Amino acid sequence: MAVIDLANPTRFLRIVDRVLPWLIAVTIALFAVGLYRAMNAPDDYQQGATVKIMFLHVPAAWLGMFGWALMSVAALGTLVWRHPLADVSGKAAAPIGAAFTFICLVTGSLWGRPTWGTYWVWDARLTSMLVLLLLYLGVLALYWTAEEPGRGARAAAILALVGAVNLPIIKFSVDWWNTLHQPASVFRIGGSTIDPSLLTPLLIMALAFTSLFITLHLAVMRNEILRRRVRSMRLMQAQEVHA
Amino acid sequence: MNLGPHADFIIAAYAVTLFVVAALIAWVLLDYSAQLRILGDLEERGVTRRSRRKG
Repeated sequence: MAVIDLANPTRFLRIVDRVLPWLIAVTIALFAVGLYRAMNAPDDYQQGATVKIMFLHVPAAWLGMFGWALMSVAALGTLVWRHPLADVSGKAAAPIGAAFTFICLVTGSLWGRPTWGTYWVWDARLTSMLVLLLLYLGVLALYWTAEEPGRGARAAAILALVGAVNLPIIKFSVDWWNTLHQPASVFRIGGSTIDPSLLTPLLIMALAFTSLFITLHLAVMRNEILRRRVRSMRLMQAQEVHA
Repeated sequence: MNLGPHADFIIAAYAVTLFVVAALIAWVLLDYSAQLRILGDLEERGVTRRSRRKG
C-alpha cells in the first residue's frame, strides 16, 4: 500500500479501525513492564526515590516536543502540499502535545522542589518549555475560535511553523545558558550518563508514552474526520432546506 | 517499596499524570461516541454524504 493511499479519509479510517486495538494492547503491555521496572528501579545516590519522577517527566518532555514537531510537518502538508489529512493530523496532535507538555511542567515542578528546593525558576529550559505550552494553547485557540475551519487551519499551520523555532531552543537551552536544569544526560555525544538500572526503565516508559501518543493521535484523527463529515452533512442539509 | 521522605511529591507526580492521561482518554472516547451518534441521527433523517449519493 502506498503512503498516498492514506490520503483517502475513508481508507484511513478503515486502517485506523484495524490498527487501534493492536496499538492499545502494545501500549498497555509497555506500561505494565515500564511501571514494574520503574517501581523496582534503585534510588539515585543523590536524589533518592524522587528519581522515580524522571520516568514520567522525561518522556512527557520528549513527547511535548515531538507533538510540536509533528504539527510542524503537518503544517507543511497543509500549506505546501494541501494533503487532505495533514490538517487533521496537526489539529489532532495539538491537545495531546499540550497535555504532555503540561505533565512535563507539573512533574518537573514536583521533582524540582525536593531536589532544587524550589517548584519553579525562570531559567531557559523551564521558561522555553512554558512557552511551548503557551504556543500549544495559542494553536488550540486558533482551531477552536475560527469561524471558518480552513482559515483557522492555515493560521494554526503558520503558528506551528513559526513556533518550531522554540524546539532547538528547548533542546540546547541547557548548553547555551547557565541553567538550574541539568544538561542532556540520555541522548548526548559520548553516551548516556544514566546508569543502566535507571536508563532501561526510562526507555521502556518512553516507548510506552510514545505508543500512547500514537494511539491517541490516531483516535483523535478518527474523531476529527467524523466531525468533518458531520459538518459537511449538516451544510448539505441546510442547503437543501434553503433550496 | 520505600518512597522515602519525599513520597508526597512522587505520588503527586504520578497522580497528576494519571489524571491528565485518563481525562485525555475519556475525552477521546466521549467525542468518538458523540460523533457516531450524530452521524447516525443524520443518516436516519436521510442526510447522506455527497460521495454516497447515486447519480
